[in-house]
Amino acid sequence: MRTSELKRLGQDRAGRSKALAAAFADVALDEGLLDVGYGFADSPFGALLVAVTRRGLVRLQYPGRDVGEELEELAARLSPRVLESSRATGEVRRELDEYFAGDRRIFDVPVDLSLTTGFTRAVLAATARIPFGSTSTYRAVAEAAGSPRASRAAGNALGSNPVPIVVPCHRVVHTGGGLGGYTGGLERKVALLRLEGAAV
Amino acid sequence: MKHGSATSRTRPPFQAFLEEHRSIVYRFLRASVGGERADDAFQETFLAALRAYPSLEDGRNLRGWVLTIATRKAIDAGRAGRRRALTVPDVAAVGDANGQVGGESEVFDADDPVWRAVASLPPRQRAAIVHRYVLDRSYAEIAGAMASTEAAARANVHQGLRKLKEVVRHEDE
Repeated sequence: MRTSELKRLGQDRAGRSKALAAAFADVALDEGLLDVGYGFADSPFGALLVAVTRRGLVRLQYPGRDVGEELEELAARLSPRVLESSRATGEVRRELDEYFAGDRRIFDVPVDLSLTTGFTRAVLAATARIPFGSTSTYRAVAEAAGSPRASRAAGNALGSNPVPIVVPCHRVVHTGGGLGGYTGGLERKVALLRLEGAAV
Repeated sequence: MKHGSATSRTRPPFQAFLEEHRSIVYRFLRASVGGERADDAFQETFLAALRAYPSLEDGRNLRGWVLTIATRKAIDAGRAGRRRALTVPDVAAVGDANGQVGGESEVFDADDPVWRAVASLPPRQRAAIVHRYVLDRSYAEIAGAMASTEAAARANVHQGLRKLKEVVRHEDE
């Protein structure tokens, strides 16, 4: 027998390791070892990267940024136990589908704001209470966050919103009626407000 | 954001780690424990890796690290499965070879004389042989994977090889 005959014992045929790797996220989830599960949700803007922890939706990223970079950042800031999981992200993907189809006005999926701190978190918590189809102002969310004069800081906080759409920072505009900025670009802000039937 | 001390512990998202090493881990296990048990051993290997991943101190040689875990799983599985492999009925395997098609996921190892010879080896020799001749790894790397010395790794390979040749010769008679 030649040692070269041993080689064929170790073949990775018909994408076997790929199939096993694809099934692994469920194994990890069942073992309670999945800290960050991610997936992609369809949207009118393209595929949205969504990431969830045990606490809820922690990140929603518009297309444009490199996915690998985004995942590395999540690994560094949250936990390196990051796996693609259709099961862990199933609820948020379904709710986003319904929202874009016009069949959902309120997201039921819990949100995990652990990528934010302090004032930003308070501003996002206030923003989360703005109802579907209506708008509020930078000044009002600053006030609700406990700093009535910090509307510029509130704008910055909203610009760093890790979970746009679900925490509806698109519903925050200027007191004078100007649209202000948006983390995903102004066209997307307008598109979301139109989708909700808000006056733009 | 955590900085400073965190930099030495920076490691890729587990998904990237899994994608990068899944094939070599599967190939190692497939050759070490056989097609029937390789799937379970694969998931066990990556579960053990996932469990330890956040606290892993040195992330520089992740491939070596995961193959060390796989080696431990293979040796454990080998100890449990060796008896069974040895009691596989001695069928004439040659006649079946041309009728063997499809069945991508299930490979009938029991009919493969080379696999039967490998399966008859003690688990440590078997693992060493697979590292050396299936994955082409160096003795230093094998020693690392088996938590032994280079000399011991060399001895495992040589003893395994001798036994392998005896078994095959015996079957040919």
